[in-house]
Amino acid sequence: MNPFAIYLCGVGGQGIGLLSEILLRAADYAGYVAKAVDTHGLAQRGGVVVSHIRLGETVHTPLIPAYGADLVVGLERHEALRGAQAMLRDGGALVYFDTVLQPLGVRLGTEAEITNADVDRACASRGIAVHRMTCPNLADPRMQNIVVLGHLHLLGLVGEVTAEHSLRAMDDLLEGPVLAANVGLFRSIAATARQAP
Amino acid sequence: MKNMGGMLLTTTPFSEIVMGNTALVRAMVEAGTRVVTSYPGSPTPEIAIAIQSIPADRRPFYFEFSTNEKVAAEVAFGASINGHLATVFFKSVGLNVAADTFVQFSLMHCLGGLVVVLGDDPGANSSQNEQDNRHYARMSYTPVLEPANPTEVYEYYLEAANLARTTAKAIILRLTTHVCHAKERVAFRGWNPPAAYDDRPRFDPGLGSYIPITARVFAPKREALAALGRVERWVDERGLHRVIGNGGERGLITSGMVALSAQEVLAEVPETLEKPAILKLAMPYPLPVRAIAEFLAARREVKILEELDDNLEKEIKALAYDQGLATRIVGKGELDDWVGEYTPDKVRAILHRTWPDLVPAPRVAATAMPVPLRPAQMCPGCGHRSAFHAIKQALPADGAITVADIGCHTLGFQEPYRMGEVLLCMGASTGIGSGLALFNRSRPVVAFLGDSTFFHAGLPGIVNALFNRHNLTLVLMENGTTAMTGHQEHAASGRNANGPVDAIPVRRVLEGLGVRNIFEVDTYRQKELTELMRQALAQEGFSVVIARHPCMLLFTRNQRRKSGYQARHVHIDQATCARIHTCVQTFACPSFSRAADGSVSVNPELCIGDGSCIQTCPTGAIARDGQEGGTP
Repeated sequence: MNPFAIYLCGVGGQGIGLLSEILLRAADYAGYVAKAVDTHGLAQRGGVVVSHIRLGETVHTPLIPAYGADLVVGLERHEALRGAQAMLRDGGALVYFDTVLQPLGVRLGTEAEITNADVDRACASRGIAVHRMTCPNLADPRMQNIVVLGHLHLLGLVGEVTAEHSLRAMDDLLEGPVLAANVGLFRSIAATARQAP
Repeated sequence: MKNMGGMLLTTTPFSEIVMGNTALVRAMVEAGTRVVTSYPGSPTPEIAIAIQSIPADRRPFYFEFSTNEKVAAEVAFGASINGHLATVFFKSVGLNVAADTFVQFSLMHCLGGLVVVLGDDPGANSSQNEQDNRHYARMSYTPVLEPANPTEVYEYYLEAANLARTTAKAIILRLTTHVCHAKERVAFRGWNPPAAYDDRPRFDPGLGSYIPITARVFAPKREALAALGRVERWVDERGLHRVIGNGGERGLITSGMVALSAQEVLAEVPETLEKPAILKLAMPYPLPVRAIAEFLAARREVKILEELDDNLEKEIKALAYDQGLATRIVGKGELDDWVGEYTPDKVRAILHRTWPDLVPAPRVAATAMPVPLRPAQMCPGCGHRSAFHAIKQALPADGAITVADIGCHTLGFQEPYRMGEVLLCMGASTGIGSGLALFNRSRPVVAFLGDSTFFHAGLPGIVNALFNRHNLTLVLMENGTTAMTGHQEHAASGRNANGPVDAIPVRRVLEGLGVRNIFEVDTYRQKELTELMRQALAQEGFSVVIARHPCMLLFTRNQRRKSGYQARHVHIDQATCARIHTCVQTFACPSFSRAADGSVSVNPELCIGDGSCIQTCPTGAIARDGQEGGTP
């Protein structure tokens, strides 16, 4: 199994921690030697939250070096672009949930909001494949992380980690109605995967 | 894992994916730790979360959040001299608070053993500085173990506990932020819970010199110094210092997580070149003389790769001089070598500067599109925002001085509030404000303080303001919890870490101290708060305004857990909105979004429906969902 690095980023309260823990455990089930670290600093709801996952036997530290991520997963558009530009290798993949939580400068009217066209332009110059998604009618925005997880499997972007591995990881971490809701959502996206040509 | 508490008490050997902070608690259990104390502070709160995942009646040790780090250290010490293995943990700057107590430990016979777990914060991820607490170790003759990852956190705590118990000393286990939070699969040993604990109070004043005053200081000081030599040999004999790789003429000495960064970077040295060996020190203080001297003697050039300050470098250079070793020792160069966390990127840049022939230059940054920064901020619906908005209106535009303290409300210093313009440390605001008020007839002084901090270190400043008749207004932001670090209980919460207790009401403490001018209002009643603030500022002398409301984040979280919870939101009536932008620009709740055309909307993903913004709209355009318009 080749070394593989996933950089996850978003805004406090979006569930980066859970998404990262699911991927870490799923990778462990898939047989990878897996290390991770969350860096949340002063992240109250509304600050930047980042998580590093590194897979492979030759990995010493969970911290991904600059331009060392194979995959950047964003739960918000600004953070997705910030993460991709700082951490993604040329030719890597950026996957993000297309929602906007406006940073302070945008709300104060001193800076412009990043558009999807901005993301595409910035990524095209470095050969980065961009996958963005939304999920209309999602009952709870805190489940956007599971939508992204489903699409990571749909797109086949997490190496030898399968949807079954992620389901086992979810079962390790969640219980009761929360587990059922998340698994249901995840399966509905994975089912799309099986039907796709 | 769903059942963390059960996992931590597993009796058979097992492995699990855990973060460093969780691995530490398993080690506490296995080591037979009997008393654990703390005051909350990042990066250590998850240690308490792991402890509290074990139901109090099944916990094999006593745990408490003390009122501050000094008291926590004292409680642990008291337990230790009674024969119990005790551990105190807190964040980096917590050691400053505990220092008066802590520096005495090495003079004491800590019968049951005492482990001081520090959560240092290189990179100042969540602290007001990035102080290197190894200085305290040296000053107080206290040995330091430095693990690099969760596996070593587990192993080194067991070593520290064993060493502390065997030598009856205090031992520091120094973690850093990304050691605390790193996650990996850790293999744990089995645990045999003892049939019964020896709870006899074993304090014996004859065991040590427990009253170190004047000439009685010297004998225990000699003993503390002698013990360092024994500890140094013990760690050496346990084989905890490791040489990684064989290397040739060049080598590298480091410790903790920096060693992992170094391994990462040196892994990229081409096979055709000779890769420097790494001496990874498990215990940088006391300096392991044998291991270092041998490593130096076998090499022509050795780089000391040391995060934060140059403690190791200075000591190793002195050691080389004393032993007549001619090895070239390369220490720090640029000022930035003293600054920031030694991530793989930083280590790559440093080692490239040291050995350009081995380590290639870091990649030049790609051209990037600027992305608006996202500074940490108060939560949507936070009561502090409501309070700052109201208080600001009571202050003269041309020159109040506002003093910050530690807590969520520290974030008020940012745009657009600029409330709290100077910050030192826990509980310092009233004292700083008192100094600012001297000779000051023109600029009213306002200090902010949270309720957990009030009990932690805020009281002496308040007593001093009364005692010395200082002229300032203290705003007590009372939200009933220690919010910034994850909602731990404090003395006014009505609960401690183990269950319900009588609350110590902040207001009655102030009254008991003799504060004559106390004003009190719900944080969200902005007009009243503005008016009370004006009244307080008009008073000569010390006045207190209590802005009180339970932390809205905690309150909403608890509401969500209840059945039948209905999410609440506000909306903006676009016909009424005059685009004055008070909501998004002055009140600046993150729930508001501004479109390119200047229109404002509410992001339902963020809005918690507290409605504090409704009061701020000059045209009354904000209303709760299901209601028309708003009340201006």
